[in-house]
Amino acid sequence: MKNNKKTYWKGIEELRNDPDVVKNAEREFPESITESGNGSSRRDFLKMMGFSIAAASLAACEAPIRNAIPYVNKPEDIDPGIPNYYASTYFNGGDVVSVVVKTREGRPIKVEGNEMSTITNGGITGQVEASVLSLYDNSRLRGPKIDQKSSSWEEVDKLVGQKLKSVNGKGKTIAIVSNTVASPSTNAAIAALKETYSTVEHIAYDQQSASGLLQANKESFGTASIPSYDFSKADVIVSFSADFLGGWVSPAEHSGQYSKTRDLTTKKTMSRHYQFEANMSLTGANADYRVAVKPSQEGLAVAKLYNLIASKAGGSKVSTGDVEINHLQKAADELWKAKGKSLVVSGSNDKAVQVLVNGINDMLSNYGATIDLSTPSYTRKGDDASMKQFVSNLSKGSVGAVVFFNANPVYDHPMGAAIASGLAKAELSVATNMVEDETASVCQVLAPDNHYLEAWNDAEIRKGSFSVAQPTIAPLFQTRQAPSSFLAWAGKDSDYFSFLKNNWNQWFSAENTLGSFQVFWDTVLHNGVYETKSTASAVAVDSTTVDSIAAPSASFAGNTSAAGASIAKNYKADNSGVELAIYQNVGIGNGSQANNPLLQELPDPITKATWDNYLTVAIADAQGLKMFEGETKLAELTVNGTTIEVPVLIQPGQAKGTVGLAIGYGRTNAGKVANGVGVNAYPFITEVNGTQSFNVTSGVAYKITDKPFKIAQTQTHETHMERDNVLRETTLADFVNDPAAGNERPEIATWLDEEDHKVAPGALSLWHGHDYNNHHWGLAIDLNTCNGCSACIVSCNVENNIPMVGKEEVLNRREMHWLRIDRYYSSDADVDDRVGLEQAAENPDVTFQPMMCQHCNNAPCETVCPVAATMHSTEGLNQMAYNRCIGTRYCANNCPYKVRRFNWFKYHDNEQFSDANPQMNTDLGKMVLNPDVTVRSRGVMEKCSFCVQRIQAGKLQAKLDRRKVKDGEVNVACASSCPTGGLIFGDMNDPESKVSQLLKVKVREGSKSSDKVTDNPRSFHVLEEVGVKPNVTYLTKVRNVDQKTEA
Amino acid sequence: MTIGFHKARKIKAIIAFALVCIMSSQFAMAQEASSAGTTIPTDEASIGNGKSLFSANCKTCHAIDKKLVGPALQGVYDRTPSVEWILGFVKNSQKVIQSGDAYANDLYAEYNQTQMTAFADFSDEEVLSILAYIKQETDNPTTAAVAATATEGGATEAGGDSVSSSYVSAILIALLVVLALILVVLVMIISVLTKHLNNKEEDLSEAEKEVTKQSFTMEGVLRAKPFIFAVAFVFTALAFKAVISQVYSVGIQIGYAPEQPIKFSHKLHAGEMEIDCNYCHTGVMKSKNANIPSANICLNCHSQIKTESAQIKLIYDAVDNNKPIEWVRVHNLPDLAYFNHSQHHNVAGIECQTCHGEVQEMEVVEQHSLLTMGWCIECHRKTDVNVKGNAYYDDLVKMHDEAGKGKMKVEDIGGLECSKCHY
Repeated sequence: MKNNKKTYWKGIEELRNDPDVVKNAEREFPESITESGNGSSRRDFLKMMGFSIAAASLAACEAPIRNAIPYVNKPEDIDPGIPNYYASTYFNGGDVVSVVVKTREGRPIKVEGNEMSTITNGGITGQVEASVLSLYDNSRLRGPKIDQKSSSWEEVDKLVGQKLKSVNGKGKTIAIVSNTVASPSTNAAIAALKETYSTVEHIAYDQQSASGLLQANKESFGTASIPSYDFSKADVIVSFSADFLGGWVSPAEHSGQYSKTRDLTTKKTMSRHYQFEANMSLTGANADYRVAVKPSQEGLAVAKLYNLIASKAGGSKVSTGDVEINHLQKAADELWKAKGKSLVVSGSNDKAVQVLVNGINDMLSNYGATIDLSTPSYTRKGDDASMKQFVSNLSKGSVGAVVFFNANPVYDHPMGAAIASGLAKAELSVATNMVEDETASVCQVLAPDNHYLEAWNDAEIRKGSFSVAQPTIAPLFQTRQAPSSFLAWAGKDSDYFSFLKNNWNQWFSAENTLGSFQVFWDTVLHNGVYETKSTASAVAVDSTTVDSIAAPSASFAGNTSAAGASIAKNYKADNSGVELAIYQNVGIGNGSQANNPLLQELPDPITKATWDNYLTVAIADAQGLKMFEGETKLAELTVNGTTIEVPVLIQPGQAKGTVGLAIGYGRTNAGKVANGVGVNAYPFITEVNGTQSFNVTSGVAYKITDKPFKIAQTQTHETHMERDNVLRETTLADFVNDPAAGNERPEIATWLDEEDHKVAPGALSLWHGHDYNNHHWGLAIDLNTCNGCSACIVSCNVENNIPMVGKEEVLNRREMHWLRIDRYYSSDADVDDRVGLEQAAENPDVTFQPMMCQHCNNAPCETVCPVAATMHSTEGLNQMAYNRCIGTRYCANNCPYKVRRFNWFKYHDNEQFSDANPQMNTDLGKMVLNPDVTVRSRGVMEKCSFCVQRIQAGKLQAKLDRRKVKDGEVNVACASSCPTGGLIFGDMNDPESKVSQLLKVKVREGSKSSDKVTDNPRSFHVLEEVGVKPNVTYLTKVRNVDQKTEA
Repeated sequence: MTIGFHKARKIKAIIAFALVCIMSSQFAMAQEASSAGTTIPTDEASIGNGKSLFSANCKTCHAIDKKLVGPALQGVYDRTPSVEWILGFVKNSQKVIQSGDAYANDLYAEYNQTQMTAFADFSDEEVLSILAYIKQETDNPTTAAVAATATEGGATEAGGDSVSSSYVSAILIALLVVLALILVVLVMIISVLTKHLNNKEEDLSEAEKEVTKQSFTMEGVLRAKPFIFAVAFVFTALAFKAVISQVYSVGIQIGYAPEQPIKFSHKLHAGEMEIDCNYCHTGVMKSKNANIPSANICLNCHSQIKTESAQIKLIYDAVDNNKPIEWVRVHNLPDLAYFNHSQHHNVAGIECQTCHGEVQEMEVVEQHSLLTMGWCIECHRKTDVNVKGNAYYDDLVKMHDEAGKGKMKVEDIGGLECSKCHY
């Protein structure tokens, strides 16, 4: 881009200047859209249309009778038409987030973050947002089953009780296999089972294991627990392949903390972030310095950093082989300078690496500053060793009974196949999984658990920080909460709610200052969160064998020299073979929610691919493959003797000699949405130092075949016009000197007698502007705090009943997302230096830009609509009247931002989309739809409405209370779900509103109230020179890099 | 579509008007016959006076058409000994009973010796005016207003109450019978004449023979002009009906008064008992939905009152079996339109009756307003914004006053914009 001497490109094909790209560059819509992709031609359509008109007129002879069916007994707190909000807690294995659930007429329809949580502060992830649809998953079990036949809970209890007794009598193990259980009451229920049957053993594992970290902490501080990290206090952050914004431990929490260090609205300092990793992760994309490091060198890199710091601190060094890693010296220098205000994390599951990381943090005095050992996180407690032991015991036949507590190890554990075959040797196998998944389908008894939105529960997310869950809907099916089942099988009263309440009464009655326990309990339920005041945790319940409860010692006692020796043995600086780095992506995560189309169609923030996993390959390793807009080839990937076919995706930033593959795909028994999507990477997980290793450094080979494949990427779909001024960025140093750095405002030539005959594009207009007497809604997007996590996209989809269209239609460029996040790669190489650019492309800078309808005050779409279906409101909104729209698509043609979406099909009640879009095609799925938003039909245009239903509701509430609208009361779905506060929505007519204050909004002199200018030096409008005057304003991206980056 | 709709309305109105004229003249005759020999007044003033007296004093115990605490008063002037007797009984019933009057004593026994309050203060004229009102109600019960299609426009203006549909069908059947008889007679005459002519065949000319020996062929029938005309007419009529039905399905159905699963009377509850609309329609002040009341709201009163009624039993059934009552929606807005009751009733202070009509006088609820977008817009153009005491509108009012464009209407603050109702 000329104005800031940077070149941006959307994909490699554009950078390479492919003839096809050049050909298509002038065109707004690609040629490749075919009409007969779905088995019906235009002629069929006309025939059908003719018939349906006839049929419709016949059917219309009788006026339809519509019924109004009231409650028999109206619950006191439900008023039809008014939403209720309940604080609750999201559970998915070890992922626990405090949430607020919005219900309408008793149906949960939206999940948002709980702002009262001191951990996440209202932050949320896309997976949590999407979980509300999993409640209405049609593949959920309808009730208990025995030997694949429907049964009753009485029979299940009888059978399980008998068998457990017999197994216990024989002295054989009763194994409870789960992911991390963060609920103290659930642990207590398992402990109760243990009391009844002495051979009960609780084994926990995590899909993305943190076992190595736990063991390292055990060695270093005496407790196998994960301390709580505070990124907000860190001036220098160094991460070795820990994707802490995307999936490592607690992304919703870390995103919020991290964004505080990137926020430049009130200060002029920023954290500096180094990322050393093989795959381009979401965190790496946000780093100031990102260095591609092969997995086989990772341990050496950590050891080298340890030695660099040790030489400054005067500590003893570890002896490992040397390795050349860019920026490592620089990182060490800065870490040392920011002693006590820095943070080093590693995503490695190798205990030796983590011991050294602990050693580094100890030398940097980060413990007690950015790392708090006294309030450990309880969301990762899985132990690889005990799981391994379990599998071998199972195969040996010494395990008499297995209860899978919402765990699916047959799919998501590397020894899944061994577990499936070993189950035959157990007398009893039970699964409480909600779906008859890979594990449940090989179990005798299915005792399905409730969805978390139907359940009572509690969680100790961090020591002393509790979160409670309350049901927001009665169980949809004949399911029973798993802890209830445990209590029933233990021969106790199966009422888990009273059990839970009793526990709380016991634990906290001493510190209750609110009056009776009921008052205390009601307050806790209302808030959803509770922080215990006593320093010693009142809840000392952990049923697993891992010791995570004891207080850690404050002094570091890790054996660094042993760790160094281990690293010297396991890592090599000059591994010549291909290495596989298995990772977890932002949308699908570990795959437990894979049957959720909201996540399948959520474009990966980096690759922008949907509905697939793929082998990410460095440009240099692509073996001559040229990818063009998702068209790629399949590769034969061989890992330790197993060969599978997987599509190749060329990924800038991928470390040379490595390939990446995401877990969470390749499900076979998840349901219609996920089955057969992608390949399963779990079986490839190997082992280092007794714990799982996601890095496979030997025995990997791949060959790109001739078989064509298409990956449904949204990456280059109508992202922007081929003009400059889409993105503005600068460096921190420049920003400190001049806050407007990198934000050269464009000027246009004029006949007016101004200086140089040039004026700001907004100053000239053919239009007269609008009078916004009351409100002027506006949105500010800070490109510096936005990290691309995509929670906003899911939130928008759920709020606005946006259909999911499936892979075929994404390939046809017909995805319906109102909000997209454009991901641009850039580098400092000269615009004309193609070779330099190509090199830079191996590890480019990344910028994320959320893009939705810009609600232009001079909207080009409005002027071309022949039927006035889109027009302007007196509050600054660009409105869309679906029933007026006749589908000419002129508006989409005329939109400079390409944010309008056309309904090519009827996505609801349409067999063709029943798999990809169950929320509009099954009775169950339809319960999630927002009743305040129309479900659009075929042939109409749609786009972001600024959540006009929320605006209207907020205004009405103010009118009912006879007052003005308060700032923050009206918020759009995307902004309310943003964990970083990067999106700020409000009334620009209100000078006190957050958005007005941030942008320093004022009305342009001599203009109508619609024409506002923003005085924040960082603010800019995308394509400002077009003069459409958007109501969405962006703030420049600032990178904390030194003037000249080395590639 | 609108043209079709207007035509339909006009034609319907004309038919209804004609029928009503016939009917009301019949009623008028009947009335005169029965009122002969009594002193019950028939003038509007007395009836009106009687109505208010009835509402104020009688209706807690009496209804016109059903037994409450006391007997139904329908035709009371015919079954009691005399109008004078009624005057005496109303003023002091115990006196009449004690006098040994047989009718009064029977009545007293039948109603479990429930004493009727003595209305000694009533003048004879007042009691007579009440009787006048009862008579009016007996002869022209408001419940006859069910005939949905005939109540609008010309029909109501014609002065008579609406036409019972059974009369219409009776007249139509009679007409058909007469037509069929005429047809039979004509056929008989033709056959007799043909026979007669055939007998004297030799006397007829060739031309006359052709007429008598005419044979009917299918082709001839199909080509006959009257046949083509008839088919065309039937087709046009059906097409016309289809268009009308389509208009109905869009929801333009003023006067739509479907039969409900329970014969709930708004007239009784909201009108005579003066129960506030809010009492049952709980959402109207705070929600988008006014709410069809749930069965438990009915039971707030009906666990005590009129527990024996067959209709109330239906409510008990619903509660006992936990099966909600499936009311038929009268006011149907399409899904694409967002309407919020609290905005209009609570914020704007619009009375229920403005859109729903005089519900308190409806035995069966019917659609009063068009409920089309044009109707909404019309109102938004005309209506002043209710800004009194609402700080939300302060700035808007100030700016509007500065612009000096008169009173601030809903359209002045964006009330005609698409996204106010469609999203």
